[in-house]
Amino acid sequence: MTDLTLTLIQLGFLAVLWLFVLSAVSVIRSDIFGAKVDTPRAPKQPRQKAPKQKAPKGGRKPKRGMPSTLVVIDGPNAGQMVPVTGADILLGRGTDAAIRLDDDYVSTRHARFSTNGQQWYVEDLGSTNGTYLGNQRVTSPVPVDLGVAVRLGKTVVELRK
Amino acid sequence: MSTSSAPNSVVYRKRRGAEAVLVALALLIVIAAFCAVGLGARDRIPGFVFGLSVCLVVIAVATHLVVRFVAPYADPVLVPLVVTLNGLGVAMIYRIDLAELDRSGADANQFAGRQVLWTALGLALFVAVLLIVRDHRKLQRFTYTFGLIAFVLLILPLLPVIGTEIHGARIWVRIGPFSLQPGEFAKICLAIFFAGYLVVKRDALALAGRRFMGIDFPRGRDLGPILVAWLVSLGVLVFQRDLGSSLLFFGLFVVMLYIATERPGWLVVGTTLFLGGATFAAMTFGHVQVRIDAWLHPFPVTDGTYQLVQGLYGMAWGGLLGRGLGQGSPEITPFGYSDFIFASIGEELGLAGAMAVILMYALIVERGLRTALLCRDAFGKLLAAGLAVSIALQVFVVVGGVTRVIPLTGLTTPFLSYGGSSILANWAIIALLLRISDQSRRPPPESAPLQMDDATQVVKL
Repeated sequence: MTDLTLTLIQLGFLAVLWLFVLSAVSVIRSDIFGAKVDTPRAPKQPRQKAPKQKAPKGGRKPKRGMPSTLVVIDGPNAGQMVPVTGADILLGRGTDAAIRLDDDYVSTRHARFSTNGQQWYVEDLGSTNGTYLGNQRVTSPVPVDLGVAVRLGKTVVELRK
Repeated sequence: MSTSSAPNSVVYRKRRGAEAVLVALALLIVIAAFCAVGLGARDRIPGFVFGLSVCLVVIAVATHLVVRFVAPYADPVLVPLVVTLNGLGVAMIYRIDLAELDRSGADANQFAGRQVLWTALGLALFVAVLLIVRDHRKLQRFTYTFGLIAFVLLILPLLPVIGTEIHGARIWVRIGPFSLQPGEFAKICLAIFFAGYLVVKRDALALAGRRFMGIDFPRGRDLGPILVAWLVSLGVLVFQRDLGSSLLFFGLFVVMLYIATERPGWLVVGTTLFLGGATFAAMTFGHVQVRIDAWLHPFPVTDGTYQLVQGLYGMAWGGLLGRGLGQGSPEITPFGYSDFIFASIGEELGLAGAMAVILMYALIVERGLRTALLCRDAFGKLLAAGLAVSIALQVFVVVGGVTRVIPLTGLTTPFLSYGGSSILANWAIIALLLRISDQSRRPPPESAPLQMDDATQVVKL
């Protein structure tokens, strides 16, 4: 066994060792770049309540001046958003809400955002702590414009383009 | 329903295929290591390699199948990493066995065979823990039982008949032909005990007391638990003369306390107590004094510093790429197969190999902490973090001691060192981590939507 062979064996061994370490790292690269979220969520569709299906699903592309997302800007779920399609958006702590708010001051079915095609409205669904536009408690469907903060419990949401 | 950015909506893939590929690569490394040792030291591939490979493949396939069926969502990189470290350790021990044969002939101590046996037992324990502990939350019920077991395990070596003193440390229990280090198992029991205890008590312990330099310090009356842990660690240091375990237990408690309460003040209190204890120990006890002297002044070489200096020379001789497996002389360092196995690896695989080993430990710890982040219940979070921290602390204490970063303490390098208790305990730790990660990566059970409006939801904990 010549020295050269032994050196090659040694280098080869170190290379395989590092190859192993790097492949282990590549398996867990999702830790760094984030895991894939299952966006289509096709299997979960059947769980949506029937009444909500009646809303027009076709208007995928929002019209000019119409909001495209509903964003939570404050509260435990700050940063979460749902795309606005034209269907009603239910907010609350329940499992059928569009954003499941993790907020103790929010009721199970707290408030609903809905549209008639031109204007969005927010409507309180008899929540315990109320829904507020500014200092005004929402008692009946109230028009909401882009960028107007709506407060539910400790959570604040707004419509954005 | 489109909670597109809720953290729990991530569906983890099982990645068992990736695990299988990594385990295959790990086996390749282990077999290659044995061949390289044989070629380097004896100019031929050892005759048992074929048989060993068959055994290894059978064991690996069995382990993989067990994980696939018992913990399908468990972390995919933990097992391959541990298999590599364990196999590399056995190959290194075999290499030192060969050198001992050359030096002292037929009556030399042979450890590799026994280490293989211990590894097989370790794997059996790994499978047993995975099968018995189906849900880690059940362990929380036995919080104080585990605390008691840990206490008994710590006391065992001090008992007159079975307790044995080997190389100055009274941490061994000898039953017939077997000698065990109960401290290694106490580590797991303590992690479970601390996790269960802190989950219940953390609200009280998180109460802020005085604020000083931007850090909230705990209240004086809450110092009881940390003082008890400190006293027990000092007891280990005084009565068992084991610096490493003492440091490990106290460090584990302080870090878990910090994780549970999120109060950096505890780290300050813990460090202060540790420094106080260390100063006291250094001034009072001879064995601590010797270690600190050896650390600060290894040259000129004396009896107390010979081992440390030989380890340093070995690593220096290894350089960047190492001497090559089988071509260094790690047998010169006393205990090159157990306490100083990191120096042996540094000698034969060089800085490149030693760094790969450290990186593997870092990945294990990272996976443990990641599991803690993902875990849904507080007990599992604390337990996973505690187990990961115990491995991290142990590696730091050993490798830091060997490389003269901190005073040398006698702890085993997890999975690498020769030692049955250490192998068994660490495989059990990995089994627990896999179980917790299986629970936390598993998709949550589909819950039926609530029908009643505004009804108070019953949350099942």
